[in-house]
Amino acid sequence: MKCGVIIFPGSNCDHDCYHVLKHVFNQNVEFIWHKEADLKGFDIIVLPGGFSYGDYLRTGAIARFSPVMNAVIDFANNGGLVLGICNGFQILCEAGLLPGALMRNQSLRFVCKFVNLRVENHDSAFTNDCTENEVLNIPVAHAEGLYYTDRETLDRLNKNNQVLFRYCSNSGELTDEANPNGSLENIAGIMNAEGNVMGMMPHPDRSYEELLTSADGAKIFQSVLNMVQSN
Amino acid sequence: MIAEIYITLKSGILDPQGKTVHHALENLGLENIEEVRMGKLIRLDFGSVSKEKALELGDEACKKLLANPVIEDYEIQIQSAGK
Repeated sequence: MKCGVIIFPGSNCDHDCYHVLKHVFNQNVEFIWHKEADLKGFDIIVLPGGFSYGDYLRTGAIARFSPVMNAVIDFANNGGLVLGICNGFQILCEAGLLPGALMRNQSLRFVCKFVNLRVENHDSAFTNDCTENEVLNIPVAHAEGLYYTDRETLDRLNKNNQVLFRYCSNSGELTDEANPNGSLENIAGIMNAEGNVMGMMPHPDRSYEELLTSADGAKIFQSVLNMVQSN
Repeated sequence: MIAEIYITLKSGILDPQGKTVHHALENLGLENIEEVRMGKLIRLDFGSVSKEKALELGDEACKKLLANPVIEDYEIQIQSAGK
């Protein structure tokens, strides 16, 4: 199995993602510079967090045109597993691989804290290591994480179980107080209709062992690895 | 020709930045403002192309990159260079 972590100019969680896959899960991982045009041989591609291209114009808007993104689109269209974390989620939305957009937090503040996520669908490539409605403790760190989409798309996401995580209270209730950025219906992470491309604002790459306060993020990586191993 | 592109959040989408500025203006005693919406202005200088061509190119730029149709609307105004 081979995993790839893409580095855009301005990515800053690339080493975190590399570390989790390489040293926590003992996987074969390679960094992929954004000018690469070929992703042959990879099973999993991670778009890490950061501030690609300084967030100029809109978050992810310029990174979306990096040469590697054509390869990511081909990879995804051929069923490859793509994981977008934070800025990676923003890039996947801009690239049209995921529906919707991430907008400025309602508070206008950069929010950096642990939040609770309720697993809304535990039968996906990205959540199969979780239990039904499990509450995960994973940190967010973003200024632009308000998930928005039109009503029609939102209905479709809900109907197809494409919403994977929602911000919730300790006990798993979906409240406004638990929503760190004003996302529609507390949405924290979604996948595409085909179920092979996922984006989430919280950082599983910052919560993969107890030393980091929570090891819940490891379940996301474990799920993806389970998926590849079962195929 | 210069294309001035105004990008705004679609109506109905919450604009917390506009809201905050609105409150600040009210605190300064500027009343009678019903709403404040923030946006972006992007100027594209196309040199010596026709007005129609500048509009066409500006529109293409918006569709391909400058505006995100999920959340934003755009409007293009064409001006002669040197104005």
